[in-house]
Amino acid sequence: VSAVTVPVGQEPERRSAIDRFLNDRSRPAQLGILLLLAIAVVSSARIISDANDLTASAAFGTALRFAIPIGLAGLGGLFSERSGTVNIGLEGMMILGTIFAGYAGWHYGPWGALVGGVIGGALGGLLHALATVTFGVNHIVSGVAINLIAPGVARYLANVWFTTDEAAALGGSISNSPGMCAAAAGSSPPCNATIQQFTMPFLSGGELFGWRSPDTLGWLEDKHWFMISDVAGALRGVTSELGMQTVLSIALFFVVAYVMWRTPFGLRLRSAGEKPSAADSLGVPVNRVKYISLAISGGLAGMGGAVLVLGGAGRYQEGLTQGIGYLGLAALIVGNWRPLGIAMAAALFGYFQAIAVRPAGATSVHGLLVMAALAMGLVLIYVALTRRYFAIVWVAIIGALALWAYLAVDEVNNQFVYITPYVVTLVVVTFLSQHLRPPAAAGQVWRKGQAT
Amino acid sequence: MKQSFGARVVKALAAPVAALALAVIVSSIALLLAGYSPAKAFRVMWEVMDSTESIVIVINKAVPFYVAGVAAAIGFKMGLFNIGTSGQYRLAALLAGAAGAAVHFPPVVHVLFILVVAMAVGAAWAAIAGILKVTRGVNEVVSTIMLNFIAVGLSSWLLSTYLRNRNVQLVAETRTIPRSGRLPTLNRFVGFFGFHFDDGVFLHGFLPIAILLGIGYYVLLNRSRFGFELRASGINPSAARASGVNPKKLILITIMLSGAVAGLIGMSALIADPQFFKYGDQFPQQLGFTGIGIALLGRNHPVGIAAAAIVWGVIERATQALSINNLPQEIGVIMQGTLLLSAMIAYEIVRRRNEEAAVRQAAAQTHQASGPPPATGVLQEVST
Repeated sequence: VSAVTVPVGQEPERRSAIDRFLNDRSRPAQLGILLLLAIAVVSSARIISDANDLTASAAFGTALRFAIPIGLAGLGGLFSERSGTVNIGLEGMMILGTIFAGYAGWHYGPWGALVGGVIGGALGGLLHALATVTFGVNHIVSGVAINLIAPGVARYLANVWFTTDEAAALGGSISNSPGMCAAAAGSSPPCNATIQQFTMPFLSGGELFGWRSPDTLGWLEDKHWFMISDVAGALRGVTSELGMQTVLSIALFFVVAYVMWRTPFGLRLRSAGEKPSAADSLGVPVNRVKYISLAISGGLAGMGGAVLVLGGAGRYQEGLTQGIGYLGLAALIVGNWRPLGIAMAAALFGYFQAIAVRPAGATSVHGLLVMAALAMGLVLIYVALTRRYFAIVWVAIIGALALWAYLAVDEVNNQFVYITPYVVTLVVVTFLSQHLRPPAAAGQVWRKGQAT
Repeated sequence: MKQSFGARVVKALAAPVAALALAVIVSSIALLLAGYSPAKAFRVMWEVMDSTESIVIVINKAVPFYVAGVAAAIGFKMGLFNIGTSGQYRLAALLAGAAGAAVHFPPVVHVLFILVVAMAVGAAWAAIAGILKVTRGVNEVVSTIMLNFIAVGLSSWLLSTYLRNRNVQLVAETRTIPRSGRLPTLNRFVGFFGFHFDDGVFLHGFLPIAILLGIGYYVLLNRSRFGFELRASGINPSAARASGVNPKKLILITIMLSGAVAGLIGMSALIADPQFFKYGDQFPQQLGFTGIGIALLGRNHPVGIAAAAIVWGVIERATQALSINNLPQEIGVIMQGTLLLSAMIAYEIVRRRNEEAAVRQAAAQTHQASGPPPATGVLQEVST
């Protein structure tokens, strides 16, 4: 019999000092240091590879525009998975969002498009709920079915709505809707085809009562100083020329975080996704909660679709989503089923995409390799200090590969940037899965009254 | 309780037929709402099907659907969701196309070589998801979705660089596969039996391979130890493990087998369709997910998948004629989608009914044997 007794709640400490520091959530210093290191890595990469576009404010602006639909789809996934339903159908719901947004935008302008997108997506979410909650169809099966159906429904509706003589005269066809407000010309109140934009005064040179305030961040950015200019670029990117749909979407992340962790509805929603039978025994109307959550889930994905409509050519176009719904699912996983995590994953994915499509893409993507090598160097120090010998090998290999690729090639093919988010997701689910905690009952078909 | 063959067929067909009826009703409503005449639409569809050409086209369409359905079904049978057939066949078709155009073998060997390359590539790509699952417990749905997109990026990079036919300027495509690597059409073969088609109508030569694949799938599943273990793991993983099945090995083999068959999805287009004989931007890309739908519709049964593939092909072919008559061709996709979703719901309802009936019967037997009836009237689920 062991003589050593461990008092309850005081288990022997086996973690290293650096692990304790990094995992101690009470210290804001932890986040601060990580953030500083990240900025230093990015900034060094920019200087080493001479790719100023890596942290140009315009690049961050584009990144934000790419990130918003991904993030909204991720939030949609959060609602469904936290309430216990796996939602592969986000992509389909997003497609439904784009077609409804195209129709509503054509008639009622950009705000109408946002509402239309939410309605379209929510219909898709309700269909998923009907199949999975009421009839107990496997969640993956139903999601795949919705992804198969949605493009067909969109094409059918486009045919019905946008190929009439009236719509065709305004530029509509089976593959795109007429432009914003095209049907509402001369209506009252007047239909404004472009959504209001917002630029922060004093920081990014926004207008204040008609007076053009100084562009402080822009001035700093142009200096190309180590770290300072990079932060200025990032801040300027996310504070200038923001469409109101972007502002609204960012606000939604806070709303969702509040609703899900600070309200009774959020508690019920999460309990339905962790242990539905227990929730049911306490009087939570599990199936109703799941229906509502799936409608919200679809609505958010559909809103992502509407943002795509507003952000692109200002009209519905066929194939606008291009797998962004799946990318939202990836952001949900990498973001560990939390709003802040989803936002960060979406931002990262959006950044990769933005860097690649910018005019200086070839140079920037080359710079990303240095960034990867530097980041791996830091991770290497971390895993070495915490004596994770298995991880050392992997991290060293990945870092060496990135460094070798940087030195060996002059231009990186865009396709490698395109696949980066998916590779990141695979790496996260493979190597960091012990840090991931999906809702316990996500994916299970639950029936009221079932044993356990 | 042994049922007669006829009763079993009727029972098996009740749900899909009901789903098909619902699909017709829903698409009729959609047509009516949009101001079209459903009667006219279905008449046009009926008329276009009444020709030999349509039947040949349906078979040509159904063959890749069938292969895609079998690929997905192999995984489904043991509860593995291989969502990645789409990426597996994309890479397989690209690499098999490039390899097939690069070599010169005698006719039959050349075709076999291309098929083997395609199956190997598909299996290898699927193996990534399998290895991640057995070593790190990564959910195959997540990994195969990611691998699909990685396959998209990887294949367009390869197609634009190393595997591109440099003699063609405008489009990115591989070199054309030489004659020895192609499958002949079956026109002469069916002509032997007295069927003759119009000019320009070809029955693609991949059909016999698809039939062989179906037979192989049936035999493997129902007449082999591997198939038994696979089905057992799908129905009850812990019982299967207790009886000596090595789950990790089985998962890896199953997903690789599924991937190998997925590698064949594009072969009908690559080596049997005169339109292609090469991989390029025009190559069909949507077959993977369609195959998943078809496997689900056909309940993973070799005959059911065939029936589903043919129904899918009929809907596609019949609705193609609609646009000529100023009717929306897209109603076909709505029909397919409604059919799939309502069939899933119908199968689930039937399953619950059967389960409740089994519980009721068991309860009645217990009652006869031991006297007092069960205290509660609520039927609880036997298993979830």
